[in-house]
Amino acid sequence: MANFTRRKFIQAAGGIAAVSALGFPAIVGAASKKVVIVGGGVGGATAAKYIRMADSSIDVTLIEPNEHYYTCFMSNEVLSGHRQMDSIKVGYEGLKGHGVNVVHDTVTDIDAAGKMVKTAGGQSFAYDRCIVAPGISFKDNIEGYDAAAMTAMPHAWKAGEQTVILRKQLEAMKDGGVVGIAAPPNPFRCPPGPYERACQIAMYLQEHKPKSKVVILDSKDKFSKFGLFQQAFAKHFPNHIEWVAAKDGGKVTRVDAASNTLYVGDTAHKVDVANVIPAQQAGAIAIKAGLTNDSGWCPIDGRTFESTMHKGVHVIGDASVASPLPKSGYAANSEGKTAAAAVVALLNGKEPGDPSLVNTCYSIIGPNDAISVAMVYDLVDGKLSKVKGSGGLTPKDSSPEMRAREVNYAYSWFENIKHDSWG
Amino acid sequence: MGCNRKALVALIGSVFMVGTTQVFAGPSASAMANTCAGCHGTNGQSVGPASPNLAGMSEAYFVEAMQGFKKLPKDKSHAIEEEARPATIMNRIAKGYTDEQIEQMGAHFAKMPVYKAKVPHDAAKAKAGAAIYDKSCSKCHDENGGLPDDDAGILAGQWLPWLQYSMADYQSGHREMPKKMKKQVEKLSDAEIESVLNFFASQQ
Repeated sequence: MANFTRRKFIQAAGGIAAVSALGFPAIVGAASKKVVIVGGGVGGATAAKYIRMADSSIDVTLIEPNEHYYTCFMSNEVLSGHRQMDSIKVGYEGLKGHGVNVVHDTVTDIDAAGKMVKTAGGQSFAYDRCIVAPGISFKDNIEGYDAAAMTAMPHAWKAGEQTVILRKQLEAMKDGGVVGIAAPPNPFRCPPGPYERACQIAMYLQEHKPKSKVVILDSKDKFSKFGLFQQAFAKHFPNHIEWVAAKDGGKVTRVDAASNTLYVGDTAHKVDVANVIPAQQAGAIAIKAGLTNDSGWCPIDGRTFESTMHKGVHVIGDASVASPLPKSGYAANSEGKTAAAAVVALLNGKEPGDPSLVNTCYSIIGPNDAISVAMVYDLVDGKLSKVKGSGGLTPKDSSPEMRAREVNYAYSWFENIKHDSWG
Repeated sequence: MGCNRKALVALIGSVFMVGTTQVFAGPSASAMANTCAGCHGTNGQSVGPASPNLAGMSEAYFVEAMQGFKKLPKDKSHAIEEEARPATIMNRIAKGYTDEQIEQMGAHFAKMPVYKAKVPHDAAKAKAGAAIYDKSCSKCHDENGGLPDDDAGILAGQWLPWLQYSMADYQSGHREMPKKMKKQVEKLSDAEIESVLNFFASQQ
C-alpha cells in the first residue's frame, strides 16, 4: 500500500481540479485575483460583500463617489413623514469589515481592453474582473426639465438631497394644494414606486392637509401591481389620489419650473408641488464605457451577468437588461450575489454554476396596509426565466390582519436587505 | 499518514460527481439559500423586526415549512384543509423550488449554528413565561426552544412578531396544531401564551 502524504494528496487533488476545469485553461493557476466594483448601491455593495465572504483571497475594491448611500426603497416613507432620512442612510463600514477596499471617488473611464478603471481623482485600478453597478441616469424626454428644474420640481428618484427637497415642498404646501407626480414610461427603476409614493403622500395630506390631493399624470396606461393599487386608491384615498392614464391625457411632455406647470401637449396642469420622474437609462458611466446597446441599458449573459458588449465586465442592478427580473432593489441584491458567485468561480478557474434569483417587493399603500409581489427566477436555455408556478401578488381580498403582517414583513425586508447588502 | 488507495479512488470519484452536479443539475444550495437573505438575513440571521431566523433549523423542519407553504394556493392566506401553512408571501416563493431543491436548502441552513437574535421583549413576561414553558412546552420544544433536533423549529431568540403570528394562526384554526400542543395551548390563557412567547424571544 502506498504511503500517501498530505502534500501528495493535495497535489493529486490539484490535478483533479485542473482536469475538471479544462474549459478555462488560461485561468487555472492565475495568481492575480483583483475585482473592481463601480458603484456602491445595493448591487455593487452586495457583490463586494459576497465575493469576500466566498473567497477572502480575492482583492475587492469598491469605488463610490458618496460616503453615504440613501436607499430609494422606503424613501417614500420619508415623504409621508413616517420615517427620517437617517433610517435610509447607509455607510461603508460594514463592507470595510469584510475586507473590501472602499474608495470614494468618481469613475470616469472603464477600459475593458486594458482591464483598467480610472477615476476623476486621478487614480487607476487594474482588475481581472470588473463589476459595474451604476444605477440609472435620466433621459431628456421632458422639455424644460433641466438642472434648475430638477431642484424646483424634484424627481426624488435617486434618494438623498432630492428626497429632502420634495419632503420640504410638501411640508410648505398650503392646504388645498395639488401635488403632481409625472410618472415615467417603462422601463424604469422601481416599477411600483410612483404609486406607492402617491399613497404615502396622500397619507400625509389626509392627516395634515385634507383639502389637498395628488394627481398622477402617467406616461403609461397600466403599471405594476395595477389592480391592487387601484383598489388602494379607491379604498384609502377616494378624495386624495387621482390617476390619469397616458391615453386620457397623462403623458407629460414639457414642464415650466417657474410657474410649476406640467404640460401634456398643450394642456397645462398648474400644480403646487411637482414631482417629475423622467424616462430612464443606465447610469452615465455604463453609457460612456460602451456597455449599453440601443435601448440605453446593458445587455448581459444571464448566467454570470457578464456584459455581452465587453468581456471581463459584469453589469448588475437597474442598469442591466435582466428581464424578466424587474429593476428593483431585491433584484439588484440577487444579481449582486449571482455575479459574485460567477466572478469567484471564474477567478478560481471553475465554471460558473447555474444561477438562482428572487425578487420580492413590498409597497406600503395605507395605514397598516402593505402589498407585495414575488418571483423566483432561474436559467433556462441560457436565458433568465420565471420559474413556472412561482410568484405573484398579494391576494386582493387578503384580510386586514394579513395586510398588517405585510407591513411588518416590509420593514423586515428593509432592515435585512440593508444589512445583507452593506452590513 | 496511511491512505487507502480504494478510498482515494472513491474520493476522486466523488469530486467529479460534485463538479458535475454543480454545473448541470441546477443552482447550488448556497445560490438558492442566499436569495433568502434579503428578508431572513445574511446566512439566515435575521435582523428583524419580524422575519424569522433560518440559521440552524433542522432540515426536516425547513422541508415541512416549505412544503406547507407550497400547498397554500397563491390567492389564499390560509387553507388548513389542504394541509397548507398560512403565509403572506412564502406560498408564492416556495412554489419556485422542486422538492429536491427544498431539501438542499434545508440541509444548507441545518449546517449553520443556531442563531438567537437579540429580540426586543417584555422582561417581566419572559420571566413569567419560564414556568409556563417548563410545564407546557418543554417536552417537545427542547432546550428552551433552541434545539434543532426536536424538529419543532427554532423558537429561542426568534423574532417576537413571528412567534405571535404563528400562535395566532394556530389559535384561529388556520394552522393545524399537533394534538399534544393543542392540549397544552387550550389550558393556557392569552396572557400566559403572551408570556411564553416573550420567554422564547428572550432566549440567548
